[in-house]
Amino acid sequence: MVVEDLSVRLKVYEGRPAVRGGLGKDPVNSPMIRHWCEAMGDTNPAYTGPDAIAPPTMLQVWTMGGLSGHETRSSAYEELLALLDGAGYTSVVATDCEQEYLRALRPGDEISFDSVIESVSDRKTTKLGTGYFVTTRMDVRVGGELAGTHRFRILKYAPRAAAPPQDPPPRRPRPVVNRDNAGFWEGVARHRLLIQRCTGCGTLRFPWLPGCNACGSPEWDTVEASGEGTVHSYVVMHHPPFPAFDPPYAVGLIELAEGVRMISNVIGVPYDKVRIGMPVRLAFVRYDEELELPVFRAEEGVRA
Amino acid sequence: MRAGDGLPPLRIPITRTLVVAGAIASRDYQDVHHDPELARRRGSPDVFMNILTTNGLVGRYVTDCFGPRAVLRRVAIRLGAPNYPGDTMVLSGTVEEVDGDTATVKIVGENGIGRHVTGTVTVTVPAEGVVSPAEGVV
Repeated sequence: MVVEDLSVRLKVYEGRPAVRGGLGKDPVNSPMIRHWCEAMGDTNPAYTGPDAIAPPTMLQVWTMGGLSGHETRSSAYEELLALLDGAGYTSVVATDCEQEYLRALRPGDEISFDSVIESVSDRKTTKLGTGYFVTTRMDVRVGGELAGTHRFRILKYAPRAAAPPQDPPPRRPRPVVNRDNAGFWEGVARHRLLIQRCTGCGTLRFPWLPGCNACGSPEWDTVEASGEGTVHSYVVMHHPPFPAFDPPYAVGLIELAEGVRMISNVIGVPYDKVRIGMPVRLAFVRYDEELELPVFRAEEGVRA
Repeated sequence: MRAGDGLPPLRIPITRTLVVAGAIASRDYQDVHHDPELARRRGSPDVFMNILTTNGLVGRYVTDCFGPRAVLRRVAIRLGAPNYPGDTMVLSGTVEEVDGDTATVKIVGENGIGRHVTGTVTVTVPAEGVVSPAEGVV
């Protein structure tokens, strides 16, 4: 089937009912409230005792089909799902939930509900796979009185072929170690970040090179970095994805306290909270049994 | 409460038990929330938390912070990085707007792989002696 053709066929369902005359399988009741509160770790006293209300966020729970399914789903909604299943979009995951609570629900309340297919998206590609977002809007009533509204968005998607379980997880690329930079990696193995220093003119240099850019001398020794630095600049990597890397992530150009700059990951802070001038401190992170890398952790207090 | 106020963060260990207990307490028997093998066949590395549990945890977080008198008016959430067993989610929140006794709170839940949930919660905290939480606000 041509994709455009499917999109057009799906759009036809917008505005049609998803559920007509749905009834809660159980009245609002104390045992289900208690099981919910236990699972959520919710000890709010409003949900127990003789005047108990149901946690408002349980709104959808009272409308669920459970193992016995949804008898009141409309034929339009069943057709829409079958169309997607038939085209290979067999899996479902919920992405959005918007609820408004107009009246508290209490044990004994009998729930009724109606739902409409609000929209069907164009075909989208997500991390899980390619699929279509379907948005429904439900009115939940008790005895004819509107108790709450519930907008729900699912992604019906074609699962990407799962990697065979015996495949080892992807590993980061290996550093190229040669006679010019071996000393640096020996330092990393001992959790020391070593900077080259020209013994001719004293200029520090990083990354490691065979000779001094300032005076040309091939003679050098090392100084150990204190580990303190600041973010001189950074980029956030979104695309393309590489094996063993999980975008988005921040790559920083770190200015060490000694004055040289080094490219590395910034950790300990969300990728979108990295800022120029942010103080960072050296850390060593082990990525697999043979690869350990110097990275920079945002100093405490900068998250706020 | 004032706009700009931060809520104390809440750390929630994502155990397999929490994922399954949340799914069953919400009457959600989708296999991806209790069967790891079927979850893998659907392209997920493991079972993951269902949206109703996330919704419940966000509601709990806000009423924990605002106290038992708080009445939830609206909860709107969007899911991102899934909550897999073994991870930890840290919920945090910021009061965005205050109108009388009603606050709009922005909620974020971060786990080890990214942002699991972003949301907006509207909550009313009636003044002492005006109304009990069970009544709601009329």
